[in-house]
Amino acid sequence: MTSETLLKVTGVETYYGNIRALSGVDVEVKQGEIACLIGANGAGKSTLMMTICGSPQARKGQVVFDGKDITRLPTHEIARLRIAQSPEGRRIFPRMTVYENLQMGASLDNLKYFNEDVKRIFKLFPRLEERQQQRGGTLSGGEQQMLSIGRALMARPKLLLLDEPSLGLAPLISKQIFEAIKELNKTEGLTVFLVEQNAFAALRLSDRAYVMVNGNVTMSGTGKELLANPEVRAAYLEGGRH
Amino acid sequence: MAAVQNSSTHPEDNLVQKGIKEGIFAGVIAFGLFLLYIGVVTEQNIHNELVYRFRWFALAVFVIIAAVGRFLVVTVGQPWLAARKADAKNKVADSGESALKKALPKLALVFLLAYPMLAVGLAGPQGSLKYVDNFGIQILIYVMLGWGLNIVVGLAGLLDLGYVAFYAVGAYSYALLSTYFGLSFWVLLPLSGILAAFWGMILGFPVLRLRGDYLAIVTLAFGEIIRLVLINWSDVTKGTFGISSIPKATLFGIKFDASKDGFAALMGLAPSSAYYKIFLFYLILALCLLTAYVTIRLRRMPIGRAWEALREDEIACRALGINTVTTKLTAFAIGAMFGGFAGSFFAARQGFVSPDSFIFMESAIILAIVVLGGMGSLGGIAVAALVMIGGTELLREMEFLKVIFGPDFTPELYRMLLFGAAMVLVMLFKPRGFVGSREPTAFLRERKAVSGSFTKEGHG
Repeated sequence: MTSETLLKVTGVETYYGNIRALSGVDVEVKQGEIACLIGANGAGKSTLMMTICGSPQARKGQVVFDGKDITRLPTHEIARLRIAQSPEGRRIFPRMTVYENLQMGASLDNLKYFNEDVKRIFKLFPRLEERQQQRGGTLSGGEQQMLSIGRALMARPKLLLLDEPSLGLAPLISKQIFEAIKELNKTEGLTVFLVEQNAFAALRLSDRAYVMVNGNVTMSGTGKELLANPEVRAAYLEGGRH
Repeated sequence: MAAVQNSSTHPEDNLVQKGIKEGIFAGVIAFGLFLLYIGVVTEQNIHNELVYRFRWFALAVFVIIAAVGRFLVVTVGQPWLAARKADAKNKVADSGESALKKALPKLALVFLLAYPMLAVGLAGPQGSLKYVDNFGIQILIYVMLGWGLNIVVGLAGLLDLGYVAFYAVGAYSYALLSTYFGLSFWVLLPLSGILAAFWGMILGFPVLRLRGDYLAIVTLAFGEIIRLVLINWSDVTKGTFGISSIPKATLFGIKFDASKDGFAALMGLAPSSAYYKIFLFYLILALCLLTAYVTIRLRRMPIGRAWEALREDEIACRALGINTVTTKLTAFAIGAMFGGFAGSFFAARQGFVSPDSFIFMESAIILAIVVLGGMGSLGGIAVAALVMIGGTELLREMEFLKVIFGPDFTPELYRMLLFGAAMVLVMLFKPRGFVGSREPTAFLRERKAVSGSFTKEGHG
C-alpha cells in the first residue's frame, strides 16, 4: 500500500502542567490503513490521541492532517476537518437516547446525510437499532462502545481515532468490535488509528503499528512484524493472549 | 367455622389495634417533643420581665394531629402503599393514564385562558383581583422565570445561582427607559430581553471554563454585583428607594385608567383596576407560552441538542465538532433574555422596582422551582411553581391558624420552613423532581419498515 500520508505527528511534546507526558513522538498514518498504538498503562497512548484532537495541545512539535497543520487549532475545528474520535471511556451522552446520540454525531453536516448514515450504522451494529429509543446510559458496555464508534462514524470521518475500543468488554464482544473496524476499513476504505491494551488483537488487525513506552515511541513496523518481534512478545503478548 | 371466621377478621382487628397502639405512642412522643416548643411561650410583660404561659390548646392540636396521623398511616396509608406496590408489579402498561397525561397541557391551557373570567364570575371584578393578581400573575411570572432558567440549568447544565440578575436587568431597563425617555412597554419589552441577553453574554465570557460548583459561585457573585450596582448607583437608579410611578403597559395604545379614553370607558364598563390585572394576566400567559414554544422548538434544533449534549459530556461535544463556547454563550443569552422579558413585565405590573426585589433568595427560589420540577421538564417546573408560589400565597390566607396559635401568628413567616421540609421530602422520594424523565426529541419514523429491510438482507 503506497498511498499518501493522512496524519503525520512529528516531535510532539505534551505536558500536563509541568509533567511531560509525551517526549518527542513521531507517528504516521497513511490513507486507508489501520494503524495501532500499543503500550502499557500510562505510556501516553491516550495523551497522544487527545493531542491529535488538540486537547491538550502539543507544546512542541507538529501535527499535520491532510496537509494542514492542526497543532494549534481548537478541538471543535479539528473535528470539523473530519477527524472523529471514539474517546477513552466511550463518553456517550447517557441521558440521551441512542438515536439522539447518533444525531449528535451528525451535527457537523447538520443532519444532511443523517438518514442514510444512520441506516449504515444500524447495519454495522444491529444491536443499536434494537435499542434506538433506549437511553445511552442504560446500554451495556459493549453496546455503549458500538454507540461511541457509531456516533463517531456519523460525522463521515476521514480519520477515525479509537481509544481502547475493547476496554472492559467480554472477549466475544471485543471480537465483534474489531471485526466491525476491519469491515469498515475494507469496505469503505476508512483510515483508522487505534490505541489498544489488547495488543494481540490490535496488531493482527493493523497495517502499521507503534509501541509506546514512557511517552516515547520505541518501536514501529507492520502489525505482523511487531507480532513476530521477541521483545514485543515478551512485554505485551505472552501470558496476556486474549 | 369459628376458626375460619377468626382468621378472616384477624388482620383487620390487628391493624386497628396496632394503629391505636402506635397512635398513642406517637401522641406521647409528640407531647414530649412539643411541650416546650409549642406548649410554653415566653413573653415580656410591661415591667420588662420574662413571663411564660402555657398554650395547652395548641399543644393538644399538635398531639392529636400526631396521634391521629400515625393511626391513619398505620391503618390506611401503609396497606394502601403495599397494595399499590403489588399492583405495580402486576401492571404492565397503563395507556389510559398516558392519554390523560397527553391531554393535560391542553386542559391546563384552557383552564388558564378561562381563569380570569371564572375569577370575575365567581368573585366579581373587585374580588377577582386577589385571584388574578396574587395567584395567577404571581405564579405565571415564576413559571416563566423557571422556564427561562431551565434553558441554562436544565438543558445546558450550567448551574446559575444569579439568574435574578437578568430579571433585575429587565425590570430596571423598563423602569429607567420608560421613566427617563418615555418609551412604551411594547418597545421596551423586546429591548429589555435584548439587554438581559447581552448581560447574559457578559456573564458568560468569564465563566466559559468553569463548571459545576465553581460556576455556581461566580454566577452567585454576578447576581450580587448587579444588585449592589443598583443600590449604589443612586444617581440613576435612586438606590434603595427604587423607582416608582413606572408607566403601565397599554393595549394598542389604550390606557388602563379611569380617563375618558381609558379601557373601561371605551368598552363601556364600570371603571375598575381589575381590567388591567386581567390584561396583565393574559400578557404573562402569552409570554409564558412564548417561552415554552421557544424551548420546545430549540430542543429539536441543533443548538438545543448541543445544549443537552453539553450538559452530558463537554469533552465528547468538542470531539464531535461542537463549538462549546458559542453553545454556552447562547444558552446564557437565551435564558437571560426570558429573565429580561419577565423582569420588564414585573416592572410594568408593580409600577415600582427596588433592589429588594432582586435578592439572592429570588434566585434560590427560581432554582428550587427548576430542581423540584425536574430539570428540563416544562410541565414539572410549572407544577413546582404552582406549589411553591401558590403555596406561599395560600399561607397568607390561612387565617384559621390564628385560632390555634393566637392572634399574632403570621403563617407566611413559616414559608421557608415549609419550603425546606417540602424540598427535603421531594428530593427523598423523587430525587429527579416531579417529572424526572427526559422526553426524547427524536424518533425514527417507519421503524418497522427499516428493521424489516435489514432482516431481509440478513443483518437483523
